[in-house]
Amino acid sequence: MLETIHQVVGKNGLIFAFLFVGVVMLFSFWFSNTFTRKKIPGVAIAILIGLGLALFGGKKGIADIPLFAGMALLGGSMLRDFTVVATAMGADLDKIKHAGLAGAIALIIGVIASFFFGVIVAYFLGYTDAESMATIGAGACTYIVGPVTGSALGASSDVIAISIAAGVVKTIVTTIGTPLIAKSIQLDNPHSAVVFGGLLGTTSGVAAGLAATDPKLVPYGALTATFYTGLGCLICPSVLYLLLRMVS
Amino acid sequence: MTIYGVALLAFCYLAGKLLGFLLGDLLQFDGDIGGVGFAMILLILGHNYLKKKDLIKTPSTNGILFWSSMYLPVIVAMAATSNVHAALSGGMVAVLAGLLATIAGFLLVPVLSKIGRPNTKQISE
Repeated sequence: MLETIHQVVGKNGLIFAFLFVGVVMLFSFWFSNTFTRKKIPGVAIAILIGLGLALFGGKKGIADIPLFAGMALLGGSMLRDFTVVATAMGADLDKIKHAGLAGAIALIIGVIASFFFGVIVAYFLGYTDAESMATIGAGACTYIVGPVTGSALGASSDVIAISIAAGVVKTIVTTIGTPLIAKSIQLDNPHSAVVFGGLLGTTSGVAAGLAATDPKLVPYGALTATFYTGLGCLICPSVLYLLLRMVS
Repeated sequence: MTIYGVALLAFCYLAGKLLGFLLGDLLQFDGDIGGVGFAMILLILGHNYLKKKDLIKTPSTNGILFWSSMYLPVIVAMAATSNVHAALSGGMVAVLAGLLATIAGFLLVPVLSKIGRPNTKQISE
């Protein structure tokens, strides 16, 4: 019997993932209504449960457990980008135009600020060569910018691992922190959401954080965040690294 | 038909990704720069255009709205399949670097949001 269940679920991974996520969300919204009077949004609870479940697996989170392999497809970058693009249907082109300049500036400042803080932390914790500092600084942008910069500059593999970890920390802090801090940073309108996406830049963190704050803001944040990793990969190993080498 | 909407979405997605990769090539970066952003703009423009010409009917639009409403469960699945262990294994450097960068980003939101805001009239008019 158990064998048969495993077989059926194993062959229908994506369908099982629909069912499983549906149950998680049902529980989260019930929990939000009953115990927090909707103070903590159901989506935020569901995302937290998701992160908690990821601890049971390894690199691919819960999808490392064969029964949940379909979760990797449902939560993979293809469906993430596809559904995020679809949210553009709720976006207002005029609002995007108004925020265009602010969004572009936010992108540049966002990459530079993340790089800067990553470099400072690296320096004070004992990584004083320009290559390691730049790699960790790039990792503080996103977990893709870190290894791209690290391999371009020939950083050691443990520094590259740290840079990936820094990027993942950023994604998780953005996911959990955004709904908590949204009010105090006036993140409640499309304009600031465009700026927010440009400043934080982690596509997953921005989409998840805004979803937990106010789903209407997701398309605006995602729109700018999608340029961040590319921009970071361009300027971290080049301009920012050269500047860093001049001062260090 | 529902599939027309889904097909329009798929077209915009692929065209956007293609533009993103072409921009990447142009800047000698091996990957996608802004693909999702281009796709979103294509979808908004494309849908508006077809609607004006009365070429897209409600069932087709519903095909797009279905996928738009699926992003929440996708985000939850994404959280459940993220490499949380990597975040914890990078030690203090990784935690502090990631944390400070995020906080800096948060704090800059209200500062940069002032740029070009429509209700600050001197700037937009």
